[in-house]
Amino acid sequence: MEKSRRDFLKIGGICALGLSSLDVADAFAKKRVTEFLTNPKAGTAKRWAMAIDVKKCWNEGNEGCTECILACDLAHNIPDIPVKRQEVKWIWNEKYENAFPGQEESMEPKEVKDKPFMVLCNHCLHAPCVRVCPTQATFKDPDGITMMDFHRCIGCRYCMAACPYGARSFNWRDPRPYVKKINPDFPTRDRGVVEKCDFCVERLAIGKIPACVEACKSKALIFGDLDDPESELRKALASRFSIQRKPELGTMPGVYYLI
Amino acid sequence: MKIYDGKYILIGLLVFVGLATFPIWFDHGKAVAPADPSLNTPVIAGMMVKHCILPKDQMITEHMKLLNVWRTEVVRYGKRVYVAPNGEKYEMSLETECFRCHSNKAEFCDRCHNFAGLDKASDPYCFSCHVVPSEKKPGAVAMVGKESK
Amino acid sequence: MLERALTGSDKYKRLLGGLLILMGLGFAAYLTQWEHGLMITGMGRDVSWGFYIAQFTFLVGVAASAVMVVLPYYVHDVKVFGKITILGEFLAIASVIMCLLFIMADLGKPMRVLNVLLYPTPNSILFWDMVVLNGYLLLNVFIGWNVLEAERKGTHYPKWVKPLIYLSIPWAVSIHTVTAFLICGLPGREFWLTAIMAARFLASAFCSGPALLILLALIVKKYTKFDPGMEAINKLLTVVTYAMLISVFFVILEFFSAFYSNIPSHMETLKYMFFGLDGKHALVPFMWLFVILAIAGVALLMHPNVRKNENLLIAACCCVFFSMYLDKGVGLIVGGFVPNMFGQVHEYMPTIPELMIAIGIWATGFFILSVLYKIAVSVKEEVGA
Repeated sequence: MEKSRRDFLKIGGICALGLSSLDVADAFAKKRVTEFLTNPKAGTAKRWAMAIDVKKCWNEGNEGCTECILACDLAHNIPDIPVKRQEVKWIWNEKYENAFPGQEESMEPKEVKDKPFMVLCNHCLHAPCVRVCPTQATFKDPDGITMMDFHRCIGCRYCMAACPYGARSFNWRDPRPYVKKINPDFPTRDRGVVEKCDFCVERLAIGKIPACVEACKSKALIFGDLDDPESELRKALASRFSIQRKPELGTMPGVYYLI
Repeated sequence: MKIYDGKYILIGLLVFVGLATFPIWFDHGKAVAPADPSLNTPVIAGMMVKHCILPKDQMITEHMKLLNVWRTEVVRYGKRVYVAPNGEKYEMSLETECFRCHSNKAEFCDRCHNFAGLDKASDPYCFSCHVVPSEKKPGAVAMVGKESK
Repeated sequence: MLERALTGSDKYKRLLGGLLILMGLGFAAYLTQWEHGLMITGMGRDVSWGFYIAQFTFLVGVAASAVMVVLPYYVHDVKVFGKITILGEFLAIASVIMCLLFIMADLGKPMRVLNVLLYPTPNSILFWDMVVLNGYLLLNVFIGWNVLEAERKGTHYPKWVKPLIYLSIPWAVSIHTVTAFLICGLPGREFWLTAIMAARFLASAFCSGPALLILLALIVKKYTKFDPGMEAINKLLTVVTYAMLISVFFVILEFFSAFYSNIPSHMETLKYMFFGLDGKHALVPFMWLFVILAIAGVALLMHPNVRKNENLLIAACCCVFFSMYLDKGVGLIVGGFVPNMFGQVHEYMPTIPELMIAIGIWATGFFILSVLYKIAVSVKEEVGA
């Protein structure tokens, strides 16, 4: 009797396995009948990147100008979280010593010491966040943008530990109540996922330029294809000295600071 | 054939079957109003030939799968335009495409979801991020638990 | 064999009852986290991993340390470990389960955790950690259970268990190596970016784990008729002694590299942990307690009477266990985030709900451990070992 019960369970298990494989066979038998296209107006590049002309930013903009930040906050429904450590930020200002830690000495011009440096995701070529993500929720898209898939993120925050630029924010709480003015064309985020600057991939897809670049009145932000020698970006980089944040880490950042 | 501990096994089985079929016998005989999702929106009213992206039956049963495929194509492959089997092109966006016609989430989406017994607050949770047309007003700061500093 | 866990003395039932209450409190705290998100914790954008991941890191070590009884017993035929091996394996099971629970507690979207399987990503160390931890759990469940069942029946365990036992040895090393790789390969986190991180992890695991095992064996000996044997405990104590010395040595190595090179980014975290930085010094008392306990632990382990005097033995093991706990379960993970990527010092303090969840998970682990030990001890008592 003992024996046959065991056999019964074995046979039952095999049968269940066989039945459940039907779905798999079904899935293989299906053909893709639909088609997906990109918008013909979409901007294309091998690698999107940005240069920030800090001189223009400081000299031509008004004192304390935050147009680029406001435009981004509005475009992406960035919440204004009252608890400092739980803030969500895509693009913001840091002092030189904080944006470039380890490069600061004490003899910089006062301007460099005091004026703001805009910081955002560097869309690294060798992005540590992409390397560590266990679900490919953050990944490199074909245009070189380091993308976030909010639907797939499990909220492990490994990417936050890995990002050397502190560019990633976690939604410690439901952000919706803290979004001052909701832009209906862009989703807000769910509690428990990580987010960051996406180089306005949703705007590039319909032929627009990033919101911060558009908003900057002093044209201090230069956006373009890093792999195209004819792009405005490459010309700017060829004619001016520029620095990057923590280039020694080998991440190959995509954001340059024209000094 | 002798079943060891047969008494307990049979009682256990009965309890299991009772629990597993609970939704069936609990709801049996109760009258439920039909879901009756409303198509009464200005855009739909203005359409010459009323049609959705896919045939109605397919939309009813497969809209969630379609949306899932859309989001993958948009987010992960940068494809934003969907070519329907009949050749028409649509922007793959819940906000700008679906809601363009179905601007009445409460009478359309919610009615069916509620009918199907989905928990409105959490399932489907599309709308905890994607902005519903009527929600285009500033978010009020609600009391979200205790602040922890 | 499971039914043996259902009967027992009043003491056993009271223990389980007490643990159940703690588990319930932890679960209640978790419900608030489920409701409000991780905002109820003390973590933030600067210290984005906190108490949960620190506990996880420490417990992976405790789990891995089972290899310190398995390896001598099965490979070198050290017979005295025969009685204590099952205690080591069951400790590993309870520890790995706690590890997995701490990971779950730390996730922002726990309901999506299966995405890790759905989209397997070999370049992510976290993916491999998932593989090795679950594998180690299964290995220990299969091995422990089969060996114990065979012992109860008075037979030899099935042949297919043997290869699993051999596999479990490198596997134990792998779980802690992979866990070290989680943090020691991140650009810009200089405190973690040290090649001896995995070695340091293993050394601290092989002293804190066996120290806990000795304490548990003494408890088992005191409250049941099963005596794991002083000889086994003494052998384990040798392991603890050397592993502890190596651990302390590794900590000194870290200090040397950082301070002799005088590279600020390598010194800053150590300065913050042991002396405070920018006027912030939340970790300082814990780190000095670690130093005191570590020195006391080494001194006690070196004391000639530690093998004769049970009180000395207990004190030594407690010192070792808690010093290593402070090093890994409190300092290491949190410290790595200070200063942040902007060179600023933002401190972290766990909140009450966060601690309650952690206590709930520890209680769950000890509940599982108690049940498993009860089964093991009942079998041992029955066969009169």
